[in-house]
Amino acid sequence: MTVPAGEVGERDADGTVARPGPTSTSDLFFTFNRLALQGFGGVLAVAQRELVERKGWLSREEFVEMLALSQVLPGPNVVNLGLMLGDRFFGVKGALAAVAGMLAVPLVIVLVLTAAYAEFSRVAAVSGALRGMGAVAAGLIIATAIRLMTTLGSNRLGPPLATAFAFFTFVTIVWLRWPLLWVVAGLGTTAVAIAYARTP
Amino acid sequence: MSALVHPALSGADLLGLFGHFLVLSLLAIGGAITTAPDMHRYVVAEHHWISDAQFSASIAIAQAAPGPNVLFVAVIGWNVAGPVGALATMAGTMLPSTALTLIATRWGQRRRDTRFVRAFKTGLTPLTIGLLVATGWLLARPYVDLSARGVGAIVLIGVSIALMLRTRVSPMWLVGLGAVVGALGWA
Repeated sequence: MTVPAGEVGERDADGTVARPGPTSTSDLFFTFNRLALQGFGGVLAVAQRELVERKGWLSREEFVEMLALSQVLPGPNVVNLGLMLGDRFFGVKGALAAVAGMLAVPLVIVLVLTAAYAEFSRVAAVSGALRGMGAVAAGLIIATAIRLMTTLGSNRLGPPLATAFAFFTFVTIVWLRWPLLWVVAGLGTTAVAIAYARTP
Repeated sequence: MSALVHPALSGADLLGLFGHFLVLSLLAIGGAITTAPDMHRYVVAEHHWISDAQFSASIAIAQAAPGPNVLFVAVIGWNVAGPVGALATMAGTMLPSTALTLIATRWGQRRRDTRFVRAFKTGLTPLTIGLLVATGWLLARPYVDLSARGVGAIVLIGVSIALMLRTRVSPMWLVGLGAVVGALGWA
């Protein structure tokens, strides 16, 4: 069997993929540091690219599952994702290494920028640049969502139903402006119940 | 005196700030940004520690800077009370959710082959994708209108999506492109 395009790793005889993992807690620290420093406008797009497409530590399916859990659990999504991934390979130490790598340097940078912005916010080019970066950041998130839509095809709910749940989540959040808690409690519970009935 | 003047917060105020973010941490389902309206209510409307404009700029700066968007919490804390404020809001936001995530992950990992845990993941995956599109949409909307800059922003967003999907160019270069296009006033 061949590995789907854009993924790292080789399939064993039983069809499961043997994946490389981080070699040490410092590998985790520096990988997350690297992806955080590339993550202008949020880290999610870069995390997907680095962890799935480049490092191959997770498959697309594993990534989207981990992301689903990190969204349902309270707290920043990518931070939760880092905690889960670090914990899977190196326990609590790994979890803390991933999160420290993700936060330490960017925290210093953002606070320096905060101090600088107070001085330069009236310059049109500076506020314009902030606008342009914000627009690209939005595009990166949408692109990540489009790429992860391929996982809907292999969802046990079946592609039409899985797509419908994705669509209604978008509608309830963007147009109906429901609080997320309602969406998870309503749509989420329904989706999980149907999945439970269809899981052997 | 530094150029950055922060309102003098008493120890009790700082403790209150820390406590408030501690509670919000456990309510931050779907990401820290989902609790931003309540942070706004607390630090702007109720206590007047920072202005409305400072609050919005805090989020914009954290988005433009490299790193997770949750850092906007640290920027708000910094604007309220300097380094101690940043420590109070950041620690408050991180501690409860980190502990809960670690406990929940281990619980789920031990039971990952059970029918419930598998159904749980299968059922929530489509919601995750819908939520991602919604996040992208909500982030894009303030830039998009029918003015020349608004149309420029639409083109910029479209080009970012296309390059991200069709090429292996690092997102960093795309954000750099956005900065240049924005600084020139085209988007």
